[in-house]
Amino acid sequence: MSVTTPTEAPRAVPGRRGPARPGRGPGSRWTSTGTVHALLLLAALYSVLPLVWLFNSSTKSMADFSTTGAFELADWNLWTNLGDLFAEEDGVFLAWVRNSLLYAGLGALLGALICTACGYAIAKLDFPGRRALFAATLTGVLVPTTALALPLYLLASQLRIVDTFWAVFIPLLTNPFGVYLARAFAESAVPDEVLEAARMDGAGELRTFLTVGLPMMRSGAVTIVLFQFVGIWNNFFLPLVMLTDPRLFPMTLGIYQWSSRVSQFPQYNPLVITGSLLAVVPLVLAFVLLQRQWRTGLAAGSVR
Amino acid sequence: MTVLAPTPGTQAGGRTAPGAASPAPRRRRRRGLAGLALAAPFALLLIGTVLVPIGYAFYLSLFTERLSGLGFDGPRQVFVALENYWRVVSDGAFLASLGNVALYALVHIPLMLGGALLLALLLDSATVRLRQMWSLAVFLPYAVPGVIAGLIWAYLYSPNIGPLSAVLPFDPLGRSGVLSSIVNMATWQWMGYNMIIFYTALRAVPREVLEAAQTDGAGPIRQALSIKIPMIRSSAFVALVFTVIGSLQLFTEPVVLRTFTGAVTSTYTPSLYVYEAVFISNDYGRGAAASLLLAIASALLSALVMRLSARRSR
Repeated sequence: MSVTTPTEAPRAVPGRRGPARPGRGPGSRWTSTGTVHALLLLAALYSVLPLVWLFNSSTKSMADFSTTGAFELADWNLWTNLGDLFAEEDGVFLAWVRNSLLYAGLGALLGALICTACGYAIAKLDFPGRRALFAATLTGVLVPTTALALPLYLLASQLRIVDTFWAVFIPLLTNPFGVYLARAFAESAVPDEVLEAARMDGAGELRTFLTVGLPMMRSGAVTIVLFQFVGIWNNFFLPLVMLTDPRLFPMTLGIYQWSSRVSQFPQYNPLVITGSLLAVVPLVLAFVLLQRQWRTGLAAGSVR
Repeated sequence: MTVLAPTPGTQAGGRTAPGAASPAPRRRRRRGLAGLALAAPFALLLIGTVLVPIGYAFYLSLFTERLSGLGFDGPRQVFVALENYWRVVSDGAFLASLGNVALYALVHIPLMLGGALLLALLLDSATVRLRQMWSLAVFLPYAVPGVIAGLIWAYLYSPNIGPLSAVLPFDPLGRSGVLSSIVNMATWQWMGYNMIIFYTALRAVPREVLEAAQTDGAGPIRQALSIKIPMIRSSAFVALVFTVIGSLQLFTEPVVLRTFTGAVTSTYTPSLYVYEAVFISNDYGRGAAASLLLAIASALLSALVMRLSARRSR
């Protein structure tokens, strides 16, 4: 269940701490360091080159975009493109940025808090309906969001809340996988003895959660926030189904709507490309900066 | 959010009896109430955004709109029992969409998960200093929204803009090549994510086992095949479940490609079929039925994969 720390491994084999690191023997040619790195380099290029293309293309003018090669440099035009992007349709793009930040930022924080509380309760507290709730959560994990989006739309249209902020925001708060992760985090990171000690000191259950449980689950909670942020930021189907007012669109939906016009109006190309760059950059930065957090978080959640 | 203040009662109860008899029934009940309070927000969300919509969709799937009489009264809701389900499963377009997704999954799943596994094994044997850089680079596509990933690749496939249509032996936007193009988009996006999951699992393989194998003369490939891969099987099955679910709901990539090529029809995948039924044909009954079939198929398939994994790892 738990992750064994590699540091305690050498103790198990007394007297043998030769230079041979496991997994990297004297080795045949096939697995030599050179081949390994060549293959990894290839994979890295496959992963990164399309992003390089995106950046490079967003620095080109529309004329250069169609006449210069895909990875060829042209005159630096990024600032003009950005200016055009934010000026288009009375600055609707800025509204999309704001909406994305609102849906994803608020949704991730609030959603993660809700998930963490529920996961902690399922793992650490006995309450009526606990098993049923966990079973329902697992079902929620297994039923795909796309299959749910239309039932949600049909219900929302019955309730006449289609084309509102809430029609998108409330369903996005529901993150069954987050609860599943939070339960795993609570089980591995919050020892019962500590909770018992807090109770001995007279802390109520909810205070124990906020002051003892939640801080101990911090790295797990941060992981849930991050992945929920990405999930909402990247979500496309639910807003597509729920929204018709462009002022409520998140970036993904807005850029998609522009992209559906490029075959008739090529002047949308720079808007789509520069907009795409802006939709990608924050997440890439977040993942680079928060590496340590999500790596340990993923580890705790996946190695079970 | 209400925070229950600790009452003197609990304090006294906790202090006086540290022994076996301490959790009085009243305290246990309070713990139960706190559990309910902490779980309630999510439980309500789950009911409101998953269970009730599914129930409502089921209700809708049993009805259809028919024009009554000469049509002057407008459409009327008519109870048709399971007729909508029958209309969906006997619809050639729906069957074709299932075929497309099956073919997609057959190529994408082994390619993406196999690639992720291979990369994780390579990473496990790479120089420590470079590990972080390689894994981050391969992981980055996960941070790209599906729509944007779709657009980037659509441009790269486009004949006059991207380099790919000139290099590839087939037309990436043509009728025969478009499925491979979709497979590539999804593989690009998910390989790094799964690689990290596999790699993290690999790090947890006890080093002494590998050292013992090495002493017995097992080379790196032998070690990978007989020790490492079997030991990360549970992670692999979890990844498989999510990839299967993801494959069934394939939507974004084909939708984005639709604006660049006529090779993707409006009912190319089951999700697109559902979308078409509700938003283009305004046939809510058929859309709800197809939606539920999709949800049931996903749940069944994932349950099947889970069952297989439980049996294997025993």
